[in-house]
Amino acid sequence: MSVRVLLPNAFQKHTDGTREIQSSAGNLPQLISEIETKFPALRSHLRDESGQIRRFINFYVNEEDIRFLGNEKYSFKDGDEVLVIPSIAGGSDPVCSSAKRVRPYGQYCCSYCGQENCTCCD
Amino acid sequence: MAAAYELRCRECGKRYDNAPLSICDECFSPLEVICDLDAAKRTFTREAIAAGPSSMWRYQALLPVPEDYKPQTPAGWTPLLRAPRLAERIGAKNLFIKNDAVCLPTLSFKDRVVSVALANAQFFGFDTVGCSSTGNLANAVAAQAARLGLKTFIFVPSDLEPAKILNTQVYGATLVRIDGNYDHVNRLCSQIADRYNWGFVNVNLRPYYAEGSKTVGFEIAEQLGWRLPDNVVVPMAGGSLITKIRKAFKELIALGLVEDKPVRFFGAQATGCSPISVAVKTGADHIEPQRPSTIARSLAIGNPADGVYAARAIRESGGWAEDVSDVEIVSAIQELAETEGVFTETAGGVTIAVTARLYAHGRIQPDELTVTCITGNGLKTTDVLQGAYAQHAAIRPRLTDFETYLEERSEENTLELGESYVR
Repeated sequence: MSVRVLLPNAFQKHTDGTREIQSSAGNLPQLISEIETKFPALRSHLRDESGQIRRFINFYVNEEDIRFLGNEKYSFKDGDEVLVIPSIAGGSDPVCSSAKRVRPYGQYCCSYCGQENCTCCD
Repeated sequence: MAAAYELRCRECGKRYDNAPLSICDECFSPLEVICDLDAAKRTFTREAIAAGPSSMWRYQALLPVPEDYKPQTPAGWTPLLRAPRLAERIGAKNLFIKNDAVCLPTLSFKDRVVSVALANAQFFGFDTVGCSSTGNLANAVAAQAARLGLKTFIFVPSDLEPAKILNTQVYGATLVRIDGNYDHVNRLCSQIADRYNWGFVNVNLRPYYAEGSKTVGFEIAEQLGWRLPDNVVVPMAGGSLITKIRKAFKELIALGLVEDKPVRFFGAQATGCSPISVAVKTGADHIEPQRPSTIARSLAIGNPADGVYAARAIRESGGWAEDVSDVEIVSAIQELAETEGVFTETAGGVTIAVTARLYAHGRIQPDELTVTCITGNGLKTTDVLQGAYAQHAAIRPRLTDFETYLEERSEENTLELGESYVR
């Protein structure tokens, strides 16, 4: 069994330009670990500090968001086309990235962290 | 900061020089434009703005375009209307409507974002631009690209309202109908933007595009006499507008143009596509995608790009989100037209119906200064009013026929005649 996996341009820096792979993974968790084995440089970028796949990376099977198909429980079928597409905006973990101490507004807080009294710039 | 603005990752903070780019190559998070407020301080004053053009470009110093950019498409600077008759109907006392149903050139707030996006498309040297759209964005891209002499590819769900399709094709745009919903269209456009060297306003140009929405917030503050309202009610599709109005208010506070005060943000969705509203109501920290089913097709985005940011902005501001049925949407379109003479599309029906509910549920108090954002024009979605009004047979051009007509209608109780009925 084989599925065709299309990777976004944003990944290419970490995949030596590879845009497409064939995989024999049976489901999403297997596919992710196969991608990470094939492209070790990608691993730290795919996962957040707690080791979770970043929430704003979306997976689609053929035309459908994999979340509508059962997500990790969905079993790939021979010939499936899997798309990996990062959200164009949003969808990220709502915790402000305080570790980075970004100060985008000079002495003022970023407007998008969503906290009226944001502490991300302290 | 080398330029007056640059791109920065919303999550990891990595900086990027200005480029047609919307995703961080380190953590795959969305990029955002950051304007250099210290640099803007010198030029962004109440006096300079008042002396500027009667369009959104009066705020050019806080928009991501080259300093010497000469605007070709004067969008924005739409009316902020007092709405006393609607207010009375829904139990409000201090209600305003920000009326982007008359935003030029294509009668929706999308003209604002497209103006900024296409300025950047030209700056980056694209000869072809495009977008995925639920309709209004398609109209705006097609019209403004025509004016700038750019080639255009527009991708829309196949079930779009006929008026929105015609209002795209008339400008000579190539319109590609996709057998799927907006989320399918948007996903395809992400792939196309990866493959073709085109400027997609809401894909690779999105960080610039989204900044155009700030002008709604700037205008509200200026038109209120440089002060902020207590509440803002905003329709939500991808969720970007509500976060950008908030960003605009924060920038004005940071620059000292308005006094700092808490503003509560309220989001409006149709029940048939309510992923952000559901997240706000349930307190979820993520968006559960939905399959849209509503007449409010311009809001029918089941996997909203800025959903998490919108929900967060609403919660942290002390606001709320509501969603309303298709029947309520149509009633609200009629109610706004009958009370204030503003004909809005289905998205505006959503916003008005939600506004009414927020007052009814006591989430907004009558005396609070509240601005409700109307983002699109009713002429584009007349199909939802099909059959709403009886059409009587034509009468002969005779006074007696007219008198008979009046009598018949009075008997049917379909006419309310005032004191002026008989001379």
